[in-house]
Amino acid sequence: MNKERYLRQITLKGFGSAGQQKLKEAKVLVVGAGGLGVPVLTYLNAMGVGKIGIVDNDVVTLTNLHRQVLYAENDVGKSKALVAAQKLKAQNSDSELIVYNTYLTKENVLEFVRNFDFVVDATDNFPTRYLINDACVILNKPFIYGALHGYEGQVSVFNFEGGPTYRCLFPTMPKENELPNCNEHGVLGIIPGIIGNLQALEVVKLIAGLGTMLSGKLLIYNGLDQSCQKIKFYAKPENLKIKELQNFYEWYEPCTIYETVAAADLSKLLANNAQIVDVRSFKEYKAYHLEKTLHIPIDELESNLSMIDFQQPVYLLCQSGKRSERALNLLKKQHKGKGLFSILGGLNQYLAICS
Amino acid sequence: MNILLFGIAKDIVGQSQLYFSEGEDAPSTVLELKKKISEKYPEFRKLTSLAIAVNSEYAEDHVSLNGFDEIAVIPPVSGG
Repeated sequence: MNKERYLRQITLKGFGSAGQQKLKEAKVLVVGAGGLGVPVLTYLNAMGVGKIGIVDNDVVTLTNLHRQVLYAENDVGKSKALVAAQKLKAQNSDSELIVYNTYLTKENVLEFVRNFDFVVDATDNFPTRYLINDACVILNKPFIYGALHGYEGQVSVFNFEGGPTYRCLFPTMPKENELPNCNEHGVLGIIPGIIGNLQALEVVKLIAGLGTMLSGKLLIYNGLDQSCQKIKFYAKPENLKIKELQNFYEWYEPCTIYETVAAADLSKLLANNAQIVDVRSFKEYKAYHLEKTLHIPIDELESNLSMIDFQQPVYLLCQSGKRSERALNLLKKQHKGKGLFSILGGLNQYLAICS
Repeated sequence: MNILLFGIAKDIVGQSQLYFSEGEDAPSTVLELKKKISEKYPEFRKLTSLAIAVNSEYAEDHVSLNGFDEIAVIPPVSGG
């Protein structure tokens, strides 16, 4: 270990060489390399955490760049996990980075989590959060939770030394469409930065044995008035007794696949020869269409899947964004490709702002 | 009775706090509070899980409320 590199934190009273050594020996799995995952990964890696796992199957989109500050314009369309690992390696060549370029699923979660000491929940959807919770309870690993809503965020440390879990706070998983995600609701770029950094701090405290953990406490941060609330909550014994995963994590389709792309980004996609599938009718397509788009009317989509290259991101386009969303729902049932996107507002929106 | 709203609760009500005047209008338990909010703002009915905190502590449905309590309505949030 290069001591000079970490001198400023080794000098810090209460942390010291012992703290640095603990970071070096620590193994942390970060699920999600998006808004929350980026600051978590960047700081853990810079501070000297020895082994970091990155789970993400998403690709970088233009709409990610305002908050996922590890990625650059020329990363659009590339795998987040791979790009992140590449940049983190350049940031700190000492760290061991394990890339899981896949979604976290019921099938792989136990295998991944088993190899690490702690898990960071930096996901953007409920099914994955409940999956992480249950897997961590089964394998007795603490996990550091962060989540966002608009200008607000939540942070907590679950399953720490017999402390409460996510299910002690919210026992039942919300249904699909019950609550909006960042794509629908919007997010101010810096908020995930703040929440992700709070998570990273909890990870470091946990590893180095510093201070008091946010265990049994939910921190609610409000960016609009810079206020923090800490809510105490308690473990419910039944939630600590989970022995196996549920058969079904309801609507388990990570909502990253439901990602939408702003119509304003369409010009860039066209310039980059992205795979854009126009799902309007023959009549509409004949009347007007964009160059270099693939045409498959939505009614014929399921019988023409072979026309689509699922190794590449698929951008679905229609007139107003409604049918492309439906098409996305059809496709997501059948494929877990590099990413499925619906172009928000469709051609109407594109023509309104780009022509 | 002053109620702080977080996450989607804030969006549903359209403001960050909610008041119940003393007397008949004020709910006397957490369960009653949930019912009253859902009556006033039906969109709350579709929420599967809704945490309520009384004086910065998670409160089960049976916990009783009084006018001086600081109450928080905390729905789950999923963004990341």
